[in-house]
Amino acid sequence: MAETQLMTINMGPQHPATHGVLRLVLELDGEIIVKAIPHIGHLHRGVEKLAEAKTYHQVIPLTDRLDYTNAMGNNLAYVLAVEKLLGIEVPKRAQYLRVMMAELQRIAAHLIWLGTHVLDIGATTPIFYTFREREDVLRIFEEVAGGRLTPTYLRIGGVAKDLPDGITEKIRTFIQNFPEHVKEYETLLTQNVIWLKRTKEVGIISKDNAINWGVTGPTLRGSGVKWDVRKAFPYSSYEEFDFDIPIGSVGDVYDRYYVRLREMEWSNAIVKQALERLPKEPILTDDPRVVLPNKEMVLSDIASLIHQFKIVSEGFTAPEGEVYASVEAAKGELGFYIVSDGSNHPFRLRIRPPSFLNLGALPKMIEGSLIADVVSTIGSIDIVLGEIDR
Amino acid sequence: MIEINSAVEKLREKFQASILEVKTFRGEITVTVMKRDIYEICKFLHSDPDLQYHFLTDLCGVDFFPQTPRFEVVYLLYSFKINHRLRVKIRVEEGESVLSVESIWKAANWLEREAYDLFGISFENHPDLRRILLWDGYEGHPLRKDFPVEGPDFDKPFIPEV
Repeated sequence: MAETQLMTINMGPQHPATHGVLRLVLELDGEIIVKAIPHIGHLHRGVEKLAEAKTYHQVIPLTDRLDYTNAMGNNLAYVLAVEKLLGIEVPKRAQYLRVMMAELQRIAAHLIWLGTHVLDIGATTPIFYTFREREDVLRIFEEVAGGRLTPTYLRIGGVAKDLPDGITEKIRTFIQNFPEHVKEYETLLTQNVIWLKRTKEVGIISKDNAINWGVTGPTLRGSGVKWDVRKAFPYSSYEEFDFDIPIGSVGDVYDRYYVRLREMEWSNAIVKQALERLPKEPILTDDPRVVLPNKEMVLSDIASLIHQFKIVSEGFTAPEGEVYASVEAAKGELGFYIVSDGSNHPFRLRIRPPSFLNLGALPKMIEGSLIADVVSTIGSIDIVLGEIDR
Repeated sequence: MIEINSAVEKLREKFQASILEVKTFRGEITVTVMKRDIYEICKFLHSDPDLQYHFLTDLCGVDFFPQTPRFEVVYLLYSFKINHRLRVKIRVEEGESVLSVESIWKAANWLEREAYDLFGISFENHPDLRRILLWDGYEGHPLRKDFPVEGPDFDKPFIPEV
């Protein structure tokens, strides 16, 4: 009688379909996966440790580099945590600008996901479509913040600067055209037989399992849980916007695809509302602890000069205590937990990375399925290793 | 605020002797409990029909070196039913181990591995306690306060033998 044996194969870390440096060790029985062990940490930079040696302002650029497709959302989660710690109220205009940028960023992040995900499965065309629109968003960011991938636009107490002239027209053109573009992606995919065969009933995770494994974001909503941080704990005036949370039913790759497409449309609607109702108020709080004084005052008044020097050199001190603030980032719930000892830098900065926990549930999704489905499942949970490894 | 009290109230009722401190800061409730009861308390919070903290949002370590007990392990729980977050903490001495909550929330599997990797806090009954971000054989735990930011081998570059 022939003897059967499991075969172990190594996938990654330099594999184009693992979206970064993720290594999977797969134990196979023929083409069926018996066991999958993810190995992470190849991109570990020690962001949490670095933050302990920096002032509160200096941490903002580090957050851009966590999930580098969602920099605005990362900035937002961090500044919300610091503002909560300090008890600062942010002006309405700044809150609306933050929402606008975070939602544009969500669109850009989902566009990267869509392009690369379908490319993994074998469709080469959509990535050219999605990167075309993503470029529009990045051009908007470049004008608004000066940076494309890592804009570092948000500040503690507000945003770095107001919108430049003529940008509202560009944003308006973008949000007018975007729903048409989503239809274009859908004509390529939603009814495509090959796409359906590769995604339907693949990489399923049930509602209860998704909750138990700590999965958040579109991956959780794909399993039919109607939960979103923007609705559960509204931040930055999200309660004033009209939007719905799309959910799936089965929890397979197709549902996660469907949820993200609908989410892009809702993000577009939120940007539209924010642009229409943008309040006229300052873009930064007037709390002297965190805000640099007016430049003219700095050049003419010694007290303001000293004030500026102090904020730039030693930062500000925060009250003793601990806070947790989170946002609905493109991948899920991104949270920052800050423990403060009353000094000018965080005593402990803990990042709750959504991709980390979503990836933790990957073995649950792929064990028992075909090896070819691993690629589409990894693509569907939309991981970014910069955030997982921190 | 009614639900918030109910969670703490229920804990007080059930685990009277185990609660060390209840703090509220910026609207967030933190309950510090005895280390030995953490598994039972988590199990209760997860299974109680009125509370149903079914979601483990986060689990992390904090190092208070040179204080004793040195570490804290922080559990951030969320309940879909009452839409509430509750933070539960335990204090852990260096070298002590903590009962794993992996059997309650699978999410704890990787989170506990991370706390073990970066702080050196070990978890009992964890099915697969290995380093997660750093490689096997790495010496030291980087998020400890006595670990230098630039790393212990900053001025000793590794040159492989050819």
